[in-house]
Amino acid sequence: MRVSLFVPCLVDQVACETAQATVRILERLGHEVRYDSRQTCCGQAPFNAGFHAEARELAVRFIRIFREAEAVVAPSGSCVSMVTRHYAELGLEGGQLRDWENLKDRVWELCSFLVDKLNLTSVGASFPHTVSYHASCHLLRELGVKDQPLRLLKEVGDLELIKGGWGDECCGFGGVFSVKYAALSRRIADRRAGRLASGGAEFVTGADDSCLINLDAAFRRIGAVQRTIHIARILASEDGGRG
Amino acid sequence: MSLVRRNIKRALDDRKLGRAVLNSCLLSTEKRDRLISELDFQSTRAAARLIRQRSLDENRPLLERFKESFEKAGGRLHYALTAEAACRIVVDILLKAGALQGVKAKSMVTEEIGLGQALHRAGIDAVESDLGEYIIQLAGERPSHITAPALHRSKESIGRLFADRLKIPYTDDPQQLTEIARSVLRRRYIDAEFGVSGANFLVAETGHVVVVENEGNGRLGASLPRIFVAVTGIEKVVGGLSDLAPLLALLARSATGQRATAYVNALLPAPDVSDAPDEFHLVLVDNGRRRTMADPDFAEMLLCIRCGACLNVCPVYRSVGGHAYGSVYPGPMGAVLSNLLGPRMMMHHELPFLSTLCGACKEVCPVDMDLPGMLLKLRERAPKPAIDRVAAAGWGWAMATPARMELAGRTVRTIGRAIGAMPAGSTVKTGMSFRGLSREASDK
Repeated sequence: MRVSLFVPCLVDQVACETAQATVRILERLGHEVRYDSRQTCCGQAPFNAGFHAEARELAVRFIRIFREAEAVVAPSGSCVSMVTRHYAELGLEGGQLRDWENLKDRVWELCSFLVDKLNLTSVGASFPHTVSYHASCHLLRELGVKDQPLRLLKEVGDLELIKGGWGDECCGFGGVFSVKYAALSRRIADRRAGRLASGGAEFVTGADDSCLINLDAAFRRIGAVQRTIHIARILASEDGGRG
Repeated sequence: MSLVRRNIKRALDDRKLGRAVLNSCLLSTEKRDRLISELDFQSTRAAARLIRQRSLDENRPLLERFKESFEKAGGRLHYALTAEAACRIVVDILLKAGALQGVKAKSMVTEEIGLGQALHRAGIDAVESDLGEYIIQLAGERPSHITAPALHRSKESIGRLFADRLKIPYTDDPQQLTEIARSVLRRRYIDAEFGVSGANFLVAETGHVVVVENEGNGRLGASLPRIFVAVTGIEKVVGGLSDLAPLLALLARSATGQRATAYVNALLPAPDVSDAPDEFHLVLVDNGRRRTMADPDFAEMLLCIRCGACLNVCPVYRSVGGHAYGSVYPGPMGAVLSNLLGPRMMMHHELPFLSTLCGACKEVCPVDMDLPGMLLKLRERAPKPAIDRVAAAGWGWAMATPARMELAGRTVRTIGRAIGAMPAGSTVKTGMSFRGLSREASDK
């Protein structure tokens, strides 16, 4: 399959290893990965801040760039949710709306793409570490992707999955929320990090770098030894290293 | 600094408050989860939502039907367009009847309209009879949770409050504190000339005013005094008694983790019965509800049955409690509802931003309201500070071309490295973006 990669702006600019890992996984599985360097941002940041006009321009740009794609895959639940669900709230019209309606079912979050579209749970990875999974909110509650990442992790060689904390509480990031209410965001993150750390795993993984970067900072603040790693880097690793 | 920001800072600085709120929320959520799992949650809440949707879609005919049944039984119905009008109606009823002291059951709509203060100004003495409400009335506070009003208080702080206000020896034994409140309140019931209460549902076919509670205070207040006044929103009317089944099953489980509340009172006026109140009034409050019903973006908010489950699961509420919101209704439901009620919309326009949009509220909502969706719509309608407008315009500019995005990203990486704020083991090593690396690779 020809897979068009969407690299969320945050991943592109500060967590590029996640995008590189996504490419390695897809190529290892025999797919042709295409990267259109005209892509920028899905528009989630202005949308969540209440600026629909700014978000709409970025949505139109996204749709124009990807409308011919066979499948679009992104290593992020929240960006995919923005594209597949929230673009409906931007007042798109005419050809743009039609293009989006045709496109949206071909846009996939990485874990869901592997499990739901390709029917794979084993991607030939090996990662000899203990790992806890943090479900990012938009992946879990907006896209309904709950078991797919766990099924993928269970098939990773030498990986031991440890249940960290309890429940699926938010990490406290929330995009614009973490800027407007920084101290409150940190309080929520520290609490979530504390619960995840209580599981005792070496790594905490998840499918959204925004949440993981937030949690990584929280682990440092609370003096926990855990580090975060995007699930793509675990699924890409064959040498047992850090992907 | 805005009031909300000051409130948040104060809440975050108060570690005891933080622990009390978090523990209460975790316990409530755990109980709720256990009992909700007894139901087929998705189908039950779909049924409940249909019933509540009918309350809105057929609101006028249902209220007409209710009026007929309720008045036939001997009740007196009043309609208040505004909060002030609602308070005036209640005060007038009580003054006309010469009922100057009484008991009040827990009710969020009476908080919303400010009835406590209105009664006080009119020289009418109404003691809160719900234990939690009694505690915060003694303390001169407002409820911090819609079903657990004194949730923010530890048993020690309640002990000190009782010792101070009731001039009794200090105790922090919950059993003893409850007994003390009970003995004070018993006397007040006997002497009460009126009872005031909210109502959870109104039944159109039969005229029943349904009040759920756990302490029996609602039932005593509705039966012992000679005057009884219930106050509720116009959206609370449902068709028939059978409509109550899914609503009650979900309300008790979602609110307090109970299969049923200790008391489910279906009250009917009975002016000719000797041990029932001589006068049974119901004040229907609009206060922006009719306007909201006509707004396709937000009518959904009026499906709410005030269970408080969304507060208990909310990461923000769990961290700062209800007072931080600075509105009568806190938490996710409050961040939406507070902007819909009152003389005009958007009176608490900072609140929609006080959310991570994690969606936990929608997940537990017994009538499946899209709270995150409504918060997003309110964010769009909210007036934005200049700094936000500049940031959004800047984002739009930076993301309009890949070159600008790379420039912005490089700036962020440089600053991030300089202040040590970049994620470990990430791009810090190379200082490169994915697009920069992929361009380099293709150049080779």
